[in-house]
Amino acid sequence: MVKPVLHLIGCLALALPMLAAAGESRGEMAEVGDAERGALIYDSRCIGCHSLAANRIGPRHNDVFGREIGSLKDFDYSEALQKAGGTWDRAALDLWLADPEAYLPGQRMNFMVSEPQDRADLIAFLQQEAER
Amino acid sequence: MASIDTRTVPEIVPARRRFLQGAGKASLSATAVALLIGCETMASSASRQGASDPKKDVSILNVALGLEHEAINAYQLGAESGLLSQEVLPVAVLFQSHHKEHRDALMATIKTLGGAPVEEKAIGEYAKALGAGGLKTQGDVLTLAARLERGAANAYLGVIPAFADPALAKVSGRLAADETMHWALLASALGQPVPEKALSFGV
Ligand code: HEC
Repeated sequence: MVKPVLHLIGCLALALPMLAAAGESRGEMAEVGDAERGALIYDSRCIGCHSLAANRIGPRHNDVFGREIGSLKDFDYSEALQKAGGTWDRAALDLWLADPEAYLPGQRMNFMVSEPQDRADLIAFLQQEAER
Repeated sequence: MASIDTRTVPEIVPARRRFLQGAGKASLSATAVALLIGCETMASSASRQGASDPKKDVSILNVALGLEHEAINAYQLGAESGLLSQEVLPVAVLFQSHHKEHRDALMATIKTLGGAPVEEKAIGEYAKALGAGGLKTQGDVLTLAARLERGAANAYLGVIPAFADPALAKVSGRLAADETMHWALLASALGQPVPEKALSFGV
């Protein structure tokens, strides 16, 4: 159901209300991620705290896709992330971005991305950057 | 949808700047004190009610404080870059002073809640993380500032639901409003169009 809608309207911001109307809600994982749209979302919503190249308020993201959770030696993580174990794959990133506190209680990010398509696009972008 | 003619924006901006410069100097300390007292009252009422886990709120406030430390240093780097015109420099300094007020209010609130405020890093670390060495023109400085301000506004809006104390959630909304005001002025100084669609912040 989501795919044809996406094909029709591409990455226009119009997609948001329409996807919501199509019955998607938090917790469902969108199938297709658009890295280009993900880059735009990253630049407006993540850039306050993160960047690709450097640790800022949050850890750097250039290779976060596929990286072990909470594993940068030069970033001061919460205990929750230090002890989490596991890898940032699509599923883990989707759960984290949907609700970080539900996924890893005691984390310090507290920033949620409620639209599944936005999360899929962000994850596609992070994957693209990690594979560069 | 009707769109605002962005050609009028550059004309509005200098007038606003003059207004801001005058107003900023006069009301700075009064605003700082009001925000601070507001926060302290909120903080103490939160702990009195025992309504929430203040540790959680402290951790969100500390992330916010880290953001403000960075913003202050970003404007410092911009101001010291020698790239800003005489007209723009005082606006950058004024925006920086807003971030200092945010910092002071956040630090006071964190302490009242029994937390330890995160410390500022050395300016060289911010310069490196923000790629300040790559800034070559006034436009580069303003573009970076606009990106950071929009990011900060979205960050503050995004963490609102995570606060246990609704009064602190409101503070986060007020901080977001200040950052949005900075972004709007920077964007129009850069000649960027007004967003076509409503609700472009805090998605
Ligand atoms: C309010 C600031 C803030 C915003 C906005 C923010 N983050 Fe974070 N992020 C953090 C902090 C702080 C951490 C470290 C959390 C901890 O240690 O508990 C973090 C950690 C992460 C991690 C874990 C990385 C690792 O090394 O294990 C990922 C992935 C992440 N953020 C993705 C994002 C994405 C994608 C966005 C934009 C949608 C975003 N963040 C927006 C502050 C933020």
